[in-house]
Amino acid sequence: MKATNQYIKLKNGGQIHTADIPVLPYNDFRIQAIKLLLDFDKAHCSNYFAIPKENGFQLIAIIADDVDREFLIFSHHLLSSDIALESLTQDHFAFHIFEREIHENFNIQFLNHPWLKPVRFAHNRADQSKQIANYPFYHFNSTEMHEVSVGPIHAGIIEPGHFKFSCHGETVKHLEIQLGWQHRGIETLMLHKKTDLQRTILAESITADSAMAHALAFVTSMESLGQIKIDYNLSIERNIALELERLAMHTGDLCGMCTDVAYQLGSSVFNALRTPIINFTQRWCGNRFGKGLIRIGGTHYPLSNDLKSDLNSVLSEFESRFVEMAEKTFNIPSVIKRFDGIGIISKTNVGLLGCVGMVAKTVGFKRDIRYSHPFGYYNTINFEPKTCISGDVMARGFLRYQEALQSIQLIKTMIDVHQNSAEVSKPIYKADLKPNSFCVNAIEGWRGEIVHTALTDENGQLAWYKIKDPSMHNWKALELSLRNIEISDFPINNKSYDLSYSGHDL
Amino acid sequence: MFLDDLIIVKHQGKQFIKDLTIATLPEIFRGIPQISDEPVNIQELIGFCPTDAISENKNKLAIDLGKCAFCGDCQMQYPNKIKFTNQYKMATNNRDNLLVYQGESKEIKIEENLIRQEIQSIFNRSLKLRQVSAGGDNGNELEMGACGNVNFDMGRFGIEFTASPRHADGIVVTGPITENMADALQIAFEAVPEPRLFILVGVDAISGGIFAESPALKRDFLSKVHIDLYVPGNPVHPLTFINGILELTRQKYRR
Repeated sequence: MKATNQYIKLKNGGQIHTADIPVLPYNDFRIQAIKLLLDFDKAHCSNYFAIPKENGFQLIAIIADDVDREFLIFSHHLLSSDIALESLTQDHFAFHIFEREIHENFNIQFLNHPWLKPVRFAHNRADQSKQIANYPFYHFNSTEMHEVSVGPIHAGIIEPGHFKFSCHGETVKHLEIQLGWQHRGIETLMLHKKTDLQRTILAESITADSAMAHALAFVTSMESLGQIKIDYNLSIERNIALELERLAMHTGDLCGMCTDVAYQLGSSVFNALRTPIINFTQRWCGNRFGKGLIRIGGTHYPLSNDLKSDLNSVLSEFESRFVEMAEKTFNIPSVIKRFDGIGIISKTNVGLLGCVGMVAKTVGFKRDIRYSHPFGYYNTINFEPKTCISGDVMARGFLRYQEALQSIQLIKTMIDVHQNSAEVSKPIYKADLKPNSFCVNAIEGWRGEIVHTALTDENGQLAWYKIKDPSMHNWKALELSLRNIEISDFPINNKSYDLSYSGHDL
Repeated sequence: MFLDDLIIVKHQGKQFIKDLTIATLPEIFRGIPQISDEPVNIQELIGFCPTDAISENKNKLAIDLGKCAFCGDCQMQYPNKIKFTNQYKMATNNRDNLLVYQGESKEIKIEENLIRQEIQSIFNRSLKLRQVSAGGDNGNELEMGACGNVNFDMGRFGIEFTASPRHADGIVVTGPITENMADALQIAFEAVPEPRLFILVGVDAISGGIFAESPALKRDFLSKVHIDLYVPGNPVHPLTFINGILELTRQKYRR
């Protein structure tokens, strides 16, 4: 076994020559990938995907080194599609969803993968005979068990997904979640679209609840490849937008969680509290979800002095009402009883699954891109992520409360360092991208890390675009936290995770 | 305990919008656009639109709000040519009404003669809708949810979203209708008892929007159903939706 590290290091937002990515024999590739992830506190898998290359595929692994604040990138050149590879998943489960995706898209076999099932029934999947109506669910061969199927259309105004519970009496023994219903072919469209504006709109439409975070991951990718420098003020404004998105969505989720435990006051109040935040976003850029705000190289909507004082007063008013309601919610016995100890996911399982963002933080991992791979303003402060330890519904609720408070503080500080009179540059609609380049841009959205990876060809055209929403890692955690609990606890569990269907299905 | 609750309620104050039909949105909101006669490079402008919503028709420029992503970038690039107003009432039952022509100050309305007779007589006091997301990006879904919150309180009109299509009077579709959701959408629609409404919410549902040419969509179901209401937006603002529904089902709200 070779002891030397065979990878190239890349800072968040950095770009390298595609040819500089080390190409390893599969055995070395495999051993290195597993070894890097041995310590859950030090590294996690940010993305692993395949791109078609002459006579086969290039498998590219992006491992986030959370201590040295770098992405470690290495690859394997697979010569022909009919070669079967030993799966990485059998040694580290964090690769499971990525190997499934590669298998679905390109029919590469992964030997000893425990669960090589379709991910999203993509329109360009390798095996068109696989149909979404015939997903191979796990089935208990038992006369004592029964199955409960829910979806794809759910009982609320939410996105579609199919959930199959295998139950023994009221107890869920196994939950399997089948996604793909929302698949719109975004990664393909990213390459087919002709203009940067089209691609930006597409990025905003990956999932509107994280429209600004995904748009930011896209525009920073173009800025990396186009070597476009942005003003300090603009980077502050973008981070304010990101924190506003987090604040609004966390508040909305607290509303949903109160609704699911029939706490009417919390439900109404948190619902009403989300409104002033998204209405401010609307006063800033004309859209309650921030669509239109984030553009390559600049913005049409600079944060004026009037907007800043507007935001300050919105936040002050919000904060007192929010804290009062949250303190009440987390201290009322009927809520505590329904949050506490429900839907626990263990720290070991989170580590094994390679979960990111909120799910990782609810068991104590400091997996937050703002902390481990800071971008923009977070580079200039010592950001410390909030964490919990219990990994239950309570932790997922309480973390939202704490993160919302943290976002308010961050926004207030950012307003102070934002320079009043500085001009902000206008958007660039045609970015000249560096040929044969590769970049990784990670943004901490409210759910967790959003990672966009872009590659250019020899003409400086986009050759590949890979989008990873944090939900890719985290859906499995919801499945596991349902084990051996009552099926009636599913709604509150699902809401406490609030994972993205559209971000997963793309 | 109870007193605490009252204090919280007092601190929250009154959050509801008193009259949803006359509420105004900030100037910066992108509603119905206006196109001036200012000479610009037409082909360049048409090519600039990310969703092919701008076209030249009878020597006049037109923006199709059924295709427009409301990004507003055209008004920033061509400020003297295009101006989005904050007019949010833009739901209609005639697809052609979504075309806004150069030089006009467009009002988008419901056409009374196109409303089916039974719609108004049956649904004018109570309406339950089932929302189906068929590839929606969760923006319209969140806004449909917001319609029922304490701010907009659509429930005051007896209009609500319901859990089952069996309990519903109509289907509200969001998203461009993915191939994977096409069958489920049709099943949900057929489960709604007649007479039933079919409503498209958001640019993605109306035309496919930015996804229009995606091979992952399957929109042929739309040619088989009667579409009662088109509600443009990206996402649709709750005020646009609520006013559209009121105008469709109730005579007294029609402009």
